[in-house]
Amino acid sequence: MSSTTTNPTGFSSAWIIFRTCVEERLVYRGDFALGTLMRFLPIITQIFLWTAVYTAAGGSINGYTRNDVIAYYLLTMLGRAFSSMPGLASGIAGQIRSGEIKKFLIQPIDLLHYLLLARVAHKLVYYAVAAGPFALVFWLCGDYFPPWPDGPTWVAFLLSLLMGFVLGFFLEATLGMIGFWFLEVSSLLFFYMLANFFFSGHMFPLEFLTNSVPPWFASLLWFQPLQFLAYFPSAVYLGKITGPELWQGLALQAAWVVFFYTTARVAMHRGYNRYSGFGG
Amino acid sequence: MKDSVWLYPKLLWTFARNSLIRDMTFRSNFLIEAFSSLVWMVMNLGFYLLVFLKIEESQAAGATADIAGWEKPEFLVFIATTMIVNSVMQAFFMPNAQELSELVRTGGLDFALLKPIDTQFLVSLRKSSWSSLSNFFVALLLIAYAVPHLPAPPSLASWLLYPLYLLCGVLIMYSIMISLAATSIWLGRNQTLYDFWFYITNFSRYPMEIYQGNVLGDGLRLGFTYVLPILVVINVPARVLAKPFTPEYAGLAIFALVATALALVGSRWVFQKALASYRSASS
Repeated sequence: MSSTTTNPTGFSSAWIIFRTCVEERLVYRGDFALGTLMRFLPIITQIFLWTAVYTAAGGSINGYTRNDVIAYYLLTMLGRAFSSMPGLASGIAGQIRSGEIKKFLIQPIDLLHYLLLARVAHKLVYYAVAAGPFALVFWLCGDYFPPWPDGPTWVAFLLSLLMGFVLGFFLEATLGMIGFWFLEVSSLLFFYMLANFFFSGHMFPLEFLTNSVPPWFASLLWFQPLQFLAYFPSAVYLGKITGPELWQGLALQAAWVVFFYTTARVAMHRGYNRYSGFGG
Repeated sequence: MKDSVWLYPKLLWTFARNSLIRDMTFRSNFLIEAFSSLVWMVMNLGFYLLVFLKIEESQAAGATADIAGWEKPEFLVFIATTMIVNSVMQAFFMPNAQELSELVRTGGLDFALLKPIDTQFLVSLRKSSWSSLSNFFVALLLIAYAVPHLPAPPSLASWLLYPLYLLCGVLIMYSIMISLAATSIWLGRNQTLYDFWFYITNFSRYPMEIYQGNVLGDGLRLGFTYVLPILVVINVPARVLAKPFTPEYAGLAIFALVATALALVGSRWVFQKALASYRSASS
């Protein structure tokens, strides 16, 4: 390898990591496109279920019409395409357990930096392959969507999707770092998955809960970070969050990004210090 | 052989016992697994309770809320039925179906073929995951809660037919699962097909009445009843217990029996066809 003789610059090593990960990801592209399309199958049941629910409930539930709810589910899928990080936390914990993490201790590559680049590469390939299925389904379901939102809403929507990616990454990375303290984190991750499903608003729009839960729980809902992984961008696109609430929401999201960025870094360094590797 | 009648029940007992011993070796893991599948179920139940609450809020006081003709207690019976069928699938068949594709890939299926018993029996029932049965017991509690609230209390015939149709539902699901798993013999590996199983059976978890109102709805309802009978799996037993008997559903109930028989025969055929084209990967 040439990189052993000439010390790579930060950029060129980043480029090599990125390119390798793109190539790695493209190996299974057929399986991938089919899998993405199938992921939309539950939307069909959701359409029929919510049609039945709204037949009984009438016009709107907490400001959401039937079409809003269906558009909401589709948008949460888009949000999760950005924020979900399959295998990230379990991958980190696995590397800690197997001792593979050692290579990041001796090579001049930062673990989080490497994983972030790999994730960006994987996501870009994912979007390239998934754009087709997503476009098809959104086009087929076009009637459920409200008219196109205005410019500022678009900017806020895209911004929250992008921050959702970064937030999802550092949140899951932090969870993975727990592997330095507890070697087996799979049951913890399962509970995270359950919490995520609920608190990210993947099950239903979080507004549905506002009048039905104790006030402390309602305020918890509006401050917790998981809402930004699916609920927030979708509600922004549908025009449910506007004006000062919108900018406060984005600021809160940015604050959570900074928080988890810091936590992941601190946890990694603390973890490195207490890590002891055995064997070769 | 004189004891051949008892051979398979005995084997089944041994398989179940071994799995239970294995589960009990890692007791805290067992408890965590049982607890997490419970949490998952409670979340699902909470979702439907919330939906019913929202419908009740929007209706005039005194009106009964329903989703596609299923009132709340009836719907709870429906959810309980889903939980029973799913927990039985997850406890007894899912671990084996997942293992089958791994056995094919590694060549471990050779050892299963060499055993002097039916291969389909062996690969379908060898492992059980007892922790998945926690939902089964929660479902029984849910039924105990919901049945006294039903608009029409179930008759004796309903109570007798309910377990029978639960069994039919499980057998139909099993047939679909083992057929999909068998395709891994042809394909070498089929991760996507398991996703496929999950997404297809997702359609079965709702009352069939919701699939109506347009061509797609009618198509889905008819297709998933008469071609791939997954709507029969939950709907028929749930209806038997939760709703009074009508001639229209008597027809569907009889069809469910036929569908179960056909599914079992069909999956047996698929499995043996697949097995015939197995090329060992080991040597």
